[in-house]
Amino acid sequence: MRFVLSAFVALLVSALTGIAPAAAQTDLRALINALGAGGFPEIEAGLRAITQAGDSAAVPAVTALGEGDLYVRTSDSQVVIAIERARGQFALTDAVTGESLGEAAEAEIERIRLNNRVRRAIRDTLGALTLMSDNPATRLAAAQAVLRTGDSEQIPLLDTAIAQETDARVLAVMNAARAVAIVRSDRPDEEKIEAINLIAERGGRDAVSILGPIANIEGPVGDAASAALAGIENTQRLWAAGQNVWYGLSLGSVLLLAAIGLAITFGVMGVINMAHGEMVMIGAYTTFVVQEIIRTQAPWLFDWSLAIAIPLAFLVAGTIGVAIERGIIRFLYGRPLETLLATWGLSLILQQAVRTYFGPTNKQVGNPSWMSGSFELGGLTIAYGRMWIIVFALAVFAGLMILMRATSFGLRMRAVTQNRKMASAMGIRTPWIDAMTFGLGSGIAGMAGVALSQIDNVSPNLGQSYIIDSFMVVVFGGVGNLWGTLVGAFTLGIANKFLEPYAGAVLGKILVLVLIILFIQRRPRGLFALKGRAVEA
Amino acid sequence: MFSIHRKLLGLTAAGAMMAAGLGTAEAQETIKVGILHSLSGTMAISETTLKDVMLMLIEEQNARGGLLGRQLEAVVVDPASDWPLFAEKARELISVAGVDVVFGCWTSVSRKSVLPVFEELNSILFYPVQYEGEESQRNVFYTGAAPNQQAIPAVDYLMAEGIERWVLAGTDYVYPRTTNKILEAYLLDHGVAPEDIMINYTPFGHSDWQTIVSEIVAFGSTGKPTAVVSTINGDANVPFYKELANAGVDAADIPVIAFSVGEEELAGLDTAPLVGHLAAWNYFQSVDTPENEAFIETWHEFIGNAERVTNDPMEAHYIGFNMWVQAVEKAGTTDPDAVIDALVGVSVPNLTGGYSTMMPNHHITKPVLIGEIQDDGQFEVVWETPGLVVGDEWSDFLPESAPLIADWRPPMLCGNFNTVTGTCGGASTP
Repeated sequence: MRFVLSAFVALLVSALTGIAPAAAQTDLRALINALGAGGFPEIEAGLRAITQAGDSAAVPAVTALGEGDLYVRTSDSQVVIAIERARGQFALTDAVTGESLGEAAEAEIERIRLNNRVRRAIRDTLGALTLMSDNPATRLAAAQAVLRTGDSEQIPLLDTAIAQETDARVLAVMNAARAVAIVRSDRPDEEKIEAINLIAERGGRDAVSILGPIANIEGPVGDAASAALAGIENTQRLWAAGQNVWYGLSLGSVLLLAAIGLAITFGVMGVINMAHGEMVMIGAYTTFVVQEIIRTQAPWLFDWSLAIAIPLAFLVAGTIGVAIERGIIRFLYGRPLETLLATWGLSLILQQAVRTYFGPTNKQVGNPSWMSGSFELGGLTIAYGRMWIIVFALAVFAGLMILMRATSFGLRMRAVTQNRKMASAMGIRTPWIDAMTFGLGSGIAGMAGVALSQIDNVSPNLGQSYIIDSFMVVVFGGVGNLWGTLVGAFTLGIANKFLEPYAGAVLGKILVLVLIILFIQRRPRGLFALKGRAVEA
Repeated sequence: MFSIHRKLLGLTAAGAMMAAGLGTAEAQETIKVGILHSLSGTMAISETTLKDVMLMLIEEQNARGGLLGRQLEAVVVDPASDWPLFAEKARELISVAGVDVVFGCWTSVSRKSVLPVFEELNSILFYPVQYEGEESQRNVFYTGAAPNQQAIPAVDYLMAEGIERWVLAGTDYVYPRTTNKILEAYLLDHGVAPEDIMINYTPFGHSDWQTIVSEIVAFGSTGKPTAVVSTINGDANVPFYKELANAGVDAADIPVIAFSVGEEELAGLDTAPLVGHLAAWNYFQSVDTPENEAFIETWHEFIGNAERVTNDPMEAHYIGFNMWVQAVEKAGTTDPDAVIDALVGVSVPNLTGGYSTMMPNHHITKPVLIGEIQDDGQFEVVWETPGLVVGDEWSDFLPESAPLIADWRPPMLCGNFNTVTGTCGGASTP
């Protein structure tokens, strides 16, 4: 089959050179129609034939195939592009000319199915076909696709493209792609070694995967590849350590967010609040509700959904926090065991209430465009979502510090927690301050929920998975000290991430717990112990 | 608002049914069907749906005139994702409520916890979830997939796709550990070098996947085609897939094939970046058969929400329930011994256009489908086994279980017959 096709293509290519565009169009049509006849291997062969024909008029059809919009019209087996206009009703356009072909019902057309192999072939074909596109971004994507394929048959095409290229970034990728193609071709060794050096200079993970198989070959080429590989792996190792620090910071920021509310309710007020995790969950569900309303009412606002959800989550969780303090906790001050039981019961009630109202299944919270994807910084891969969460965690921490240190509410709060009687004697309404402080802690937990909804399940169990970690951070950092929470969260995050590659995720977590137990034995009050009379009170 | 009212109504109805089931002694009037699925706690996310589908099947059967001229009555209990409570609730269902059959459990540990109860009180359990195998019990009927009905065909498919390097990633508990042990043995048997297999376990509910995803990417960048075989448990999947998408892992480069991710799990995810990742099941909602279409329609009507998806364990309950109905009709009684005997050999339509048969080892025959995630949260079948696969309870790829077979027909009547020594009880279940 493949042989027949390539013979057919060879004929086509020779025909293409001299004949008028009308004839070229019919040939392209035959090539595209071939995509609709047969299974995955036939589609792959068909795509290869299109690549070899090299006619950029095939781009819309191949793109549509990749997006799942390419169909076969059952009446005449013609391949068409179909877009669903209404339920079950499709608008058809010609795959070659782009002319409208009217409408068709779902039963009249059949979608061309894809699998990963076909997707790879589509990427290769599109890369080869769009290498000379007018748009530099398209060319860059195309060059990257060709780089990934590294097909030696593309060398002439790349040579032409490189000769025309003006954009330096695109040119660099094209040169790399050419080098990869040369390494895999049967060109002379000198040329190959030169190419290997070019790839090694570029470095990175791609270089490892390209040079890895070549390093095993006997002879000068293999030796050059092994030497280059050793160099790259050395720098890779350095970057890997940096990457680990980044992962640790990112995990630390998540821990900080989850714990910072608890640092107030437990750390500052001394209330053992087992329902803290549920405040985080309520914040996440607030995000879900906000996104749901935006989706149905104002889809253009979607990128702003988190900005809208943050204050709302603070208000919702904060209000619930105040209600909990007024309704339950104020009767239990000074009775830690009863508080523990009451708040634990409350956490179960809140979980089941959410489960009953929203259902037990995960809720979909989308990532706005600025929260998705990642970028490369040297050898580091940095995900936007993680980066913004670190920024957000630090911003929340800074805001809280300012509130505690520089406002009169903060002053009263500190006064009440340090010496309740004296504060009361000075005319501070201590019950009101208690309620507000608890509300503040809960509200911050709610804001943390907005951030966590971006990386974790939004389900009734969300809070449970963070409650233990939160207590761990607060106790490790030192109860009653916000700086301790900050340092504790990042220390635990980084320690966890450095242990994980060696000990595995399960053992790593256990090791961290053991280390904390040992640490608490040595310093029962945590990293930053409070000093002074408040401790003894 | 409307759907919330319906949901509340449904809940009260379930509550009323529960009260009725536990309170009255009308055992002769109705045939009682026990439903043992967690409605609260961590597993509620998966199991609540199965409770609903059972209520639907029972309602449907009653509308058709019940069974043996009697109406069916559902008795719902909530074991609250608490494994010892499963055993207590099972005992309560059988001895207090007097049910004739129980449909329930999800996790392997909950099944293991109820096994002795079903054996002691001689009742029937239908277990609807894919599991690690290595077990066959007289009182239990396994309607989910055994490893050879899910894991092995999935690996076969990927091998045919040219995959040479394998990451076996799982949550740290019995199902992934056993499945990965079987898969590792299978891969080594098929000429995969030990250094081309990476095995990784994570704790339950693991949410920070950055390190592991970057390890997978590094493992996959040696130039050899790499795939991830995921036995990661429900809850941890969403952050795992989110991290994959963030790290830019494209299914065309490193595909992930999952055994615990179905339509229900994808409902919490934006699947656009996941298109092309795979799952192996015996049923997908997207399968185009008249039976499936009717099932989905009834389900949407019953649950009052056309957005709700169907999944593989739901089909397993559908098959199991119909098998039980047919066996009761065949036996003419709900007596457990008679029904257990009648069940072997019963054959009912499944939702993928064929028939599933209960085999003597209490496992069923099923087709195996490989589906690719689509951007609408559904799967598209890219490959399926040519025929039905018989569930193999004792894996042939583990040396300790290879000689074992199960056959619950007389005269063998044994769940672990050792064909080498010729004795029953060749190995104890772990």
